[in-house]
Amino acid sequence: MNRILAIIERDLRRFRRSPTLIIVSMLLPLVQLVVLGYAFGGKVKHLRLGVVDQDHGVPALRLKEMFQAVAANARTFDTITYVDRGTALRDLREGRIGGVVEIPPEFSRKFLAGQNPQLALAEDNTDQFNSTALEGTLNQLIAAYNQKPVPPRISANATLAVVELYPYVPYIQYLLPGSIVLAIFVSAMIGGGIIYIDDKARGLHEGYLVTPIRKYELILGFNLSGAVKAILSGLVLVTLGSVIAGVPDPFNLARLVRMFLMVVTTALALISMMFLLMVRVSDPLVPRAIFGVLNTVLFFPSGAVYPIQAFPPWMRIISIVDPFTYAVHGFKQLVLKNTGLGPLVPDLLFLGIFAVIAMSVATLLFRRTL
Amino acid sequence: MADIEVSQLTKRFGDFVAVNELSFSVQHGEVFGLLGPNGAGKSTLIRMLTTLVPPTSGTARVNGFDIVRAPNSVRQSIGVIPQAMTSDLDLSAEENMSIFAKLYGLPHERRKRVIQELLKAVDLEQWADKPVKMFSGGMRRRLEIARGLVHEPKIFFLDEPTTGLDPVSRVAVWEMLERLRRERDLTILVTTHYMDEADKLCDRIAIVDHGKLVALDSPLKLKASIPGENILEVSFSSLPQDWEATLKALPDVVDVKSSDHIFRISSQNGPRTTVALMEAARKAGIQVSSLSVQSTTLDDVFAHYTGHQLRDALQAPPGYAVGFMYDRQ
Repeated sequence: MNRILAIIERDLRRFRRSPTLIIVSMLLPLVQLVVLGYAFGGKVKHLRLGVVDQDHGVPALRLKEMFQAVAANARTFDTITYVDRGTALRDLREGRIGGVVEIPPEFSRKFLAGQNPQLALAEDNTDQFNSTALEGTLNQLIAAYNQKPVPPRISANATLAVVELYPYVPYIQYLLPGSIVLAIFVSAMIGGGIIYIDDKARGLHEGYLVTPIRKYELILGFNLSGAVKAILSGLVLVTLGSVIAGVPDPFNLARLVRMFLMVVTTALALISMMFLLMVRVSDPLVPRAIFGVLNTVLFFPSGAVYPIQAFPPWMRIISIVDPFTYAVHGFKQLVLKNTGLGPLVPDLLFLGIFAVIAMSVATLLFRRTL
Repeated sequence: MADIEVSQLTKRFGDFVAVNELSFSVQHGEVFGLLGPNGAGKSTLIRMLTTLVPPTSGTARVNGFDIVRAPNSVRQSIGVIPQAMTSDLDLSAEENMSIFAKLYGLPHERRKRVIQELLKAVDLEQWADKPVKMFSGGMRRRLEIARGLVHEPKIFFLDEPTTGLDPVSRVAVWEMLERLRRERDLTILVTTHYMDEADKLCDRIAIVDHGKLVALDSPLKLKASIPGENILEVSFSSLPQDWEATLKALPDVVDVKSSDHIFRISSQNGPRTTVALMEAARKAGIQVSSLSVQSTTLDDVFAHYTGHQLRDALQAPPGYAVGFMYDRQ
């Protein structure tokens, strides 16, 4: 036990003396949370929409007023009026505008006569997010335009009444569980296994391999000190990250305790996974080369940024074995739904068993020689 | 019983034989030197004896424990100073020592006492709380020697303890080792490629070349074992026919070796041979370009037994250069 503590002490003392490392491992994931949270989460605004009115009737005028109302209020798009269709379409093809709405010559007449009046929308569909936003807004606008001033008293239309169980979740909150796991993972990458590889590269390991320390003591020492660092970064994200993401009641004690439990289990799982992956590696460049890829392979299939239900089957298989999936799931329960311990049990079990297996296999594979 | 007993110990890395059937024993209280050029197999031998590298064949016992069957008992009884500096640069001298004391399982009280004593013994007391990255090479080496003694081992292994140190630091390390040995009743096995170091420090010296033991005795006896009292190193402006035979025929000459137009002449009487040599050169009409006369040193012993000077050679590659991702030793 004392030997394990000595390895932990050595590592943590070194860590404490490297403020840059502390800042990198604790604060960078926060930056990531904010940048990603706002990069993905926002509503599309100020798309440039060309309007070509070839009708000039009163109903067309009303329609154009509605466009302007959207431009002034929701600001999904700004309208630009074109006199002729050719110029508008050329500007669309050359990327100066995102779409063209054309009000055809007979629009007003057909509208007043009830003869299926049609509007045309030509859109730049290379950016799905923009085109979806544009179509959505225009569809709403048309629906409002079509509404009768006095609705019929009896309607045969079926409607859906939606009950939302939780308050509105902005994307940055949706991303927070993933960011917590990522912060833990970043620390796991710079702790544990890679410390031993760096020791090997510098020859420091010869120093302690000649002492009577056992394999498992060495591995536990490295993993536990790595886990301590990962837990610290995780806790920064759990507290500061929750505040930044605007999670309601971020310092609820019961939730913090459950969060802590998740952070500890996740840290142990990820750090032992990293140690296992690095157990036979000696070249200090290898971990640096695989970290980027590993990050992508583990983070994105976990459902942290996009729902697993949208993945192709092969990617779902990755997400089933990926410890990130369970960690992200557990944190989502806590951050977004503030559940009790019950729904976390499968996640905690998976992560715990994963940690034990990874560490045992690492101990078997570890070579206590040069 | 000897403190270290090595029998037919061999280590191969693929086709490369780093240590080739070495056998010797080191008695209690002895300072035993392994002398050889870089790549002779000294470090591999020390790494086998300190349980860092498993031998390919043969056996060795350290403090009575088999290095393969009872590695942890071996580790508990030895102190090791590897060739590379292994102290943590970010930690202070005292922290470095304390962590190793904990790795050896020393209880708190004893830890404190031993660390103070040892830092004093290696003259680093006043730097105890300074980070090692501020230390010079010599200070760092002294700290590592202190660290290697923290669990009060009986047998002390040092792999080239003074390589890379300036002459003053080297002498300081020698004196410290000598004192520690007396005070702590240590058996020391030290490798070096410095002749003067081996000469000054060691009770007995094993000369190792290409993984094989080529000579083993005390420095005095080794020096006495080779012919001649003096060595003349001489070169000439040109070389007449059968010049080597002429040199061999000079008075008191025991042996002549030549390489690169430099002749090494072993002589029982340096001054007399020198005079005769000058005379012979004058008669042959050639000039002596350079000449030096020395007493026999371990260098000469080494050259005598190995047939060459200390020189560089290939050594076993470090682990991570061997494979692409994984080491395969």
